[in-house]
Amino acid sequence: MRGGPAAAAGRGAAGHLHSIVVTATYLDHAATTVVREEVARAYAEDLQRLGNPSSTHAFGREARRVLEESRESIAADLGAHPTEVVLTAGGTEADNLGVVGAFHGASEGRRAVAVTAVEHPAVLDAARWLGTAQGAEVTELAVDAEGVLDLDGLAAHLARVGERTAVVAVMWANNETGAVQPVAEVVAACAAAGVPVHTDAVQAVGQLPVDFAASGATTLALSGHKIGAPVGVGALLARRDAALAPVLHGGGQERGVRSGTLDAAGARALATALRLAVAEREEETSRLAALRDRLQDGLLALVPDARVRSAGAPRLPGHLFVTIPGTDADAVLFGLDAAGVAASAGSACTAGVTQPSHVLLAMGDDEATARSAVRFTLGRPTTERDVEHVLAVLPEVVARARAAHAPRRATAAAATRLASAAGAGAR
Amino acid sequence: MRVLAALSGGVDSAVAAARAVDAGHDVVGVHMALSRSRAQHRTGSRGCCSIEDASDARRAADVLGIPYYVWDLSEEFEETVVADFLSEYEAGRTPNPCVRCNEHIKFAALLDRALALGFDAVCTGHYARIVDGAAGRELHRAVDHAKDQSYVLAVMGAERLERSLFPLGDVPSKDVVRAEAAARGLSVSAKPDSYDICFVADGDTRGFLRSRLGERPGEIVDETGAVVGSHQGAYGFTVGQRKGLGLRRPAPDGAPRYVVATDPAANRVVVGPAALLSVDEVVGRDVVWLAERSGRRTDVTVQVRAHGEAVPASVELDGDRLVARLSEPLRGVAAGQSLVVYDGTRVLGQASVESARRAGAPGAGRRRDGVAAAGAAPRG
Repeated sequence: MRGGPAAAAGRGAAGHLHSIVVTATYLDHAATTVVREEVARAYAEDLQRLGNPSSTHAFGREARRVLEESRESIAADLGAHPTEVVLTAGGTEADNLGVVGAFHGASEGRRAVAVTAVEHPAVLDAARWLGTAQGAEVTELAVDAEGVLDLDGLAAHLARVGERTAVVAVMWANNETGAVQPVAEVVAACAAAGVPVHTDAVQAVGQLPVDFAASGATTLALSGHKIGAPVGVGALLARRDAALAPVLHGGGQERGVRSGTLDAAGARALATALRLAVAEREEETSRLAALRDRLQDGLLALVPDARVRSAGAPRLPGHLFVTIPGTDADAVLFGLDAAGVAASAGSACTAGVTQPSHVLLAMGDDEATARSAVRFTLGRPTTERDVEHVLAVLPEVVARARAAHAPRRATAAAATRLASAAGAGAR
Repeated sequence: MRVLAALSGGVDSAVAAARAVDAGHDVVGVHMALSRSRAQHRTGSRGCCSIEDASDARRAADVLGIPYYVWDLSEEFEETVVADFLSEYEAGRTPNPCVRCNEHIKFAALLDRALALGFDAVCTGHYARIVDGAAGRELHRAVDHAKDQSYVLAVMGAERLERSLFPLGDVPSKDVVRAEAAARGLSVSAKPDSYDICFVADGDTRGFLRSRLGERPGEIVDETGAVVGSHQGAYGFTVGQRKGLGLRRPAPDGAPRYVVATDPAANRVVVGPAALLSVDEVVGRDVVWLAERSGRRTDVTVQVRAHGEAVPASVELDGDRLVARLSEPLRGVAAGQSLVVYDGTRVLGQASVESARRAGAPGAGRRRDGVAAAGAAPRG
């Protein structure tokens, strides 16, 4: 290890392109955040303990005790019954079980699946795969310009195919914009048609009050590494009456829907991180919201034509998603990185290539705008100084990104010349 | 200097970047994503466009301890290099996509973006030398003539030379580069060279053209106009081509026949004996000149193919045209190819071949001076 992002950003080329002295600022906590100290300590100890929770001997019983206590703790913090906690290896797996498992577990007549157009790929691609490979009739539900699900559209959709629908998925809060979705209204609309609702609460847990029972959702996905547990542990909360077919087959652990050796250390890590996050939530989120607003106001003062996305919707407190006209996100991110600021484009990238945000495209943006989106996500370690750091380097970063955008137009002009020359040549 | 090292995922660009780091530059590695639908793995002898290649580039950057990014230039690549490739073949010419890539992508889109973002220069693994001359920077053949790539670089022009680094220009052979890569712990040290056109899967150019341009059946005729065969698209043929004609009957004299011309308007391919391919006067357009402009040079060599031999010639610059008179005839000079003019090892300039003919006049001199055949130089 070279010492993590702080060390990495302080050496090599980072900083060379700018005059500002660099200390690293990490504003990508929605991608992943640091494992909390309490969690790391307990996890390291647990990793040294012997025992498979499924074994009947003393070692196994001890591991099982840790696992079940963790399950109870997770349930208590999220308004669920311990039986409803299905431990997984992360959020993506939980989402797949919630969508694919629900489709395959549904009755014969229910072959339709509907997901919002702004879902995380863990839900969206799972649904699309059901459509292309499993014969599902898949609908991507429209959102409004703020990125919030259009409830009228959902109602109309359910009126048409509600009786045939296996599952509707609506995320609790969007990972790019931070926009909070009307989960309660979706549940109410779906209940009338007897349609189970899966909600991806990976970004919401720890940031918003999440009460599984009160939400009425049939399944809810969460992930450990967004709240200070390690990567590789998550859970699907699933009501007892959730009809889920397993996605992973094997030893039949976790109610028979999630086979695989039970991970007591991971379960305790998740439970510990969740307990801390829930306990600190109110205080921490108001702190984050204030910092985020400070960043937002400062950014708009420096880049007046930047647009804060989903500003008109209820938003996660630590999310700031902006589009900056005349830039490509990767040029802005490059400049920020060189200046020691870690942020991200909203969307996932494929082998390092930034794709236009599917969330913004769904919100009605053109492709160029959807390529200009930068996401800052604040987290527990974020301080006022980080915000000031971003604001200090931002004007030059944006100016350079805008200058780098111009040659693209020059290339386009060259392409046009080529095309007309070719046309002349062909005639 | 602040240097952007273009990392293809191959051994050359990795060692070039390493040498730039050693030279004390602040180096950032950038892999260009040029294909819109990238394959997961490397196949055949393509060597830069798969996700595996991007991953190789990332590992090289890790070993060198430099930051690494992927820049998506696929749109620019499609609009310039691929579009030009298609329209040139469609127009009956023979393009060199590596020349176009250097012209529009590596030393244009990439370099411009790099400069805008605060870099001073772009470093690549090309085999060519940049020499500081009395009147500015000069482009020269690589020390290793077998690997020399000055032919495909000439198009970049003098100005962009100022912003370029070719750290491999003076290595004596590729083996040295591989050994250096291995010594530096670069895992790509034994990676095979790439020869094929990066965006043409399996090296099947005609299949690629067919998939993008559609089938256009037509006739193959001989020099008298007699129909001797058929084809699925005149764009799939290039002047000088002998293989893949699928002619029904041999020529009356039994001699091999070559494509001597394509006529895209009539969708016809004309074949004839080798003698018809010989030309000694070539006219070029879109001249890029890297040296002092002078009206006429009688002591130069010209090269018309990446792997071709340079032949003595005299050249005359006439406005935006260049006329090269060869001291001995060349075979298979196709419109669209680049003609590069050398003074010894120095690149003077280049042009796109517009037309070539047999003028019959004796050349300026038959002295062969110095430039050996450029062997199997890699593309790029």
